Amino acid sequence: MTSTIEPEVGRARLRKEDARLITGRTRWTDNIALPGMLHLAVLRSPLAHARITSLDVSAARERPGVIAVYTAADLDPDSQIGMPCAWPITEDMKHPRRPVLAADTVNFAGEGVAVVVARSAYEAQDALEAIEVDYDELPVVLGMENALAEGAPLVHEELGTNRNALWVFDSAEAGSGGDVERAIADAEVTLHRRFRQQRLVPSFMEPRSCVVDPTGPQLTMWSATQIPHILKTMSAATLGVPEHKLRVIAPDVGGGFGGKIAVLPEEMTALIVARKLGRPVKWTESRSETMVTAHHGRDQIQDLTVSATRDGRITGLKVELLADMGAYLGLVGPGVPILGAFMFNAIYKIPAYRFACTNVFTNTTLTDAYRGAGRPEATFAIERMMDELAVELNMDPMEIREKNWIKHEEFPYTTVATLTYDSGNYEAATARARELFDYEGLRREQEERRASGDPVQLGIGISTYTEMCGLAPSRVLGSLSYGAGGWEHAAIRMLPFGKVEVVTGASAHGQGHETAWSQIVADQLGVPFDDIEILHGDTQSSHKGLDTYGSRSLAVGGVAVVKAAEKVIEKARVIAAHMMECSPDDLEFAGGRFTVRGTESATALTDVATAVFTAHDLPDGVEPSLDSEFTFDPENFSFPHGTHLCAAEVDTETGQVRLRSYVCVDDVGAVVNPLIVEGQVHGGLAQGIAQALFEEATYDESGTLTTGTFADYLVPSAADLPSFTTDRTETPSTTNPLGVKGVGEAGTIASTPAVVNAVVDALRPLGVSDVEMPCSPMRVWSAIRSAQGGAR
Amino acid sequence: MRISVTVDGTSYTDEVEPRLLLVHYLRERLGKVGTVVGCDTGNCGACTLHLDGHSVKSCSVLAVQADGCEVRTIEGVAQDGELHPVQQAFHDNHALQCGFCTPGMIMQSIDLLADNPDPDERAVREGLEGNLCRCTGYQNIVRAVQDAAHHMRPGAGPDVERVADETANPAGRTATSVGGGGE
Repeated sequence: MTSTIEPEVGRARLRKEDARLITGRTRWTDNIALPGMLHLAVLRSPLAHARITSLDVSAARERPGVIAVYTAADLDPDSQIGMPCAWPITEDMKHPRRPVLAADTVNFAGEGVAVVVARSAYEAQDALEAIEVDYDELPVVLGMENALAEGAPLVHEELGTNRNALWVFDSAEAGSGGDVERAIADAEVTLHRRFRQQRLVPSFMEPRSCVVDPTGPQLTMWSATQIPHILKTMSAATLGVPEHKLRVIAPDVGGGFGGKIAVLPEEMTALIVARKLGRPVKWTESRSETMVTAHHGRDQIQDLTVSATRDGRITGLKVELLADMGAYLGLVGPGVPILGAFMFNAIYKIPAYRFACTNVFTNTTLTDAYRGAGRPEATFAIERMMDELAVELNMDPMEIREKNWIKHEEFPYTTVATLTYDSGNYEAATARARELFDYEGLRREQEERRASGDPVQLGIGISTYTEMCGLAPSRVLGSLSYGAGGWEHAAIRMLPFGKVEVVTGASAHGQGHETAWSQIVADQLGVPFDDIEILHGDTQSSHKGLDTYGSRSLAVGGVAVVKAAEKVIEKARVIAAHMMECSPDDLEFAGGRFTVRGTESATALTDVATAVFTAHDLPDGVEPSLDSEFTFDPENFSFPHGTHLCAAEVDTETGQVRLRSYVCVDDVGAVVNPLIVEGQVHGGLAQGIAQALFEEATYDESGTLTTGTFADYLVPSAADLPSFTTDRTETPSTTNPLGVKGVGEAGTIASTPAVVNAVVDALRPLGVSDVEMPCSPMRVWSAIRSAQGGAR
Repeated sequence: MRISVTVDGTSYTDEVEPRLLLVHYLRERLGKVGTVVGCDTGNCGACTLHLDGHSVKSCSVLAVQADGCEVRTIEGVAQDGELHPVQQAFHDNHALQCGFCTPGMIMQSIDLLADNPDPDERAVREGLEGNLCRCTGYQNIVRAVQDAAHHMRPGAGPDVERVADETANPAGRTATSVGGGGE
């Protein structure tokens, strides 16, 4: 009997992960309770910049339930290097040492000053109140331009500057394009604009947490982290714990969005303290702590100059950035704006390009990766600029994009920023988006509203984008001075009865790896979806990995799984041939069975697995195992792209923005699970729209975060967002065998400029040419008033 | 203080500090860790559960306030191994990703449907306003709640039109929303 096995890849499989998540049986870090476990709480500085003149913890030590209280003097000797930064972008980059707890000075509000370890979390919190700290306030520096001004107070006195690093790319020097200054000097049209990327809080729903158990053969740390493998390596480097004595587990992790790519002072503290006390220690932060101490995202000032011909061809692009690092460097913080350097040219053919970024220290929470990391910032600026150029040249904003983008037949295309885009079809995605959006119809309605002076104006926003995913070829990361590679590891273990364990180094936090990887392996090995178990997020089972960020899991980790499966089949083929007394070359493998070509004679892979287990009759010299591993280092990034169209109604009397419709057509290459892809797009859109309309982390002049809870920091709810119309085109990536590109960040990258372009478009007739994000009713209303010469 | 509470059908009597929050009582004392804490200001809704049949945010309720009450958590929603239609609908409609907000979202959705068995999209969105999700963009959550409403409708029967085969399109999904463009 022959059966047609439907391929799993491409199918809208419901997720394996859901069963535990919908029933409350999830393993969150904070759910872990170990015998004798203690609770750690951190005393945080209320001041943004101050010298600690005295610190008295004696009363706290006497509080009920308190086991120990520690200050920097107690813990810092255990830290070899201070908190690590893995991305020294330039040789002269300033990297001020960040101790695990503030020693002499505090440099941002929320920095840890002391820790209490007690029997219960409540007792630990109580004891914090008994710690007495005297501070001598120092001048606070906020705002990047202020920080760079002559005579500005210094965040780190010993550095003599608030300038962290200057990183430059110039196409003339790189040989990838012309001299941008000449292009600007010779141009028929030049346009300069300044855009601001406000500071955002990643706002994963699960606060950060870790548990350290020093009582086993290894020191085990559970952490709500995106990066268990990197955390293990970095913890070893920071604390001098031998790598083989550390095991890091990221159990179920409640979201990350880049916000959990970090090595935390609290994790290091818990490791040190647990070792000192010889008992398990748990730290779980409150949301109020998350807001002030978990790294923030974005926060750039972007100056763009574009030169063009009168008929709309771009001749040059110059980008000057200021990027706020906060008070210290995060794990990859300095590199975040650099990722953007490769995306300012976007989907356009730009003959001359210069990018310069100055990273700056201020007395604020440090910034680091946040969904898209560098690419949303870049895409926002160039897509806003394309609209401004269209207005300047009196062209339709769609037309100017079409005039400059890389045509389908021009791929592969090497950009002015030296990346080679392997594939893309901007025409197809745009055509489909226009069709779903009714671009012409909405433009007509816009004209009517403008003509009638309707108080509610209609704006249409466009964003055509690409991004670099599949981070990353290790040698490219090396050329950018990143401290690690970009490979990913997978292992496949065939078990005695034909079930399969798949080990992946890509550690998931909500993306559905267990489902997607099962689909891939089911097709590769021809075993049922349910016979496959995916092991991830534990450095003991997945002993090698570089974790999940930058939409790299599928395009790097998923490909590693495919390659590992191929190795299993090749080994099984030799054994099957021995069992069937034929040559391995005579065997075909399909649907989980080896068949002798042209005959009915077949052996199932599961039977080979059993034969390997018993090992009674294997070919001479064949090792009795049916396991394999593969470490995949991609040759190139992948480049998803798409077209997003937004129609926004803007009430010119109240400043209220309502999204009337949102259409996006994304091309993420081949798709393993359309359900997961669609879900990722929805979530990404919500986060990008939130930047455009709702979210901003703000400080008062003393350096206190004024958006320190979810009551003040506006993460949108269901009532704040519309439903989206999403669709896809499929242009497979040519740089990996799955043809996949990556989807996690696409929605966020593309939606922010689409929405702001729509808001500005609605208000053009009123003389408005920009609205700073978030386009809150107050900001929109103020922009209208000031354009009309009224009070600000 | 001594309190007596019924949680998911089991009665407990405990001595608690007056300041102990209900969510911490459940998690730390009873080991009911299905209810999670997402914020400390009552804004995120991750800790939502039912107190005497109505949804509350358990990070904003003291354990002593639950004395003599009936508490239902996400762990008590499925009956006899059968998922509640709302749980099933969240799965069927891919209405979760990281899943941290999901218990609270499901508890709030059950309460919402008890008040309004046939909510339109706006009513669902407004009914879930107090529960934040950072992964899904809410669209599939809204779809799930409406799908559950469909299945819970009087006379619909326990399994009417339930999409049993996972290969089928989940309910309510349109052709354009799962793509199929093609180059």
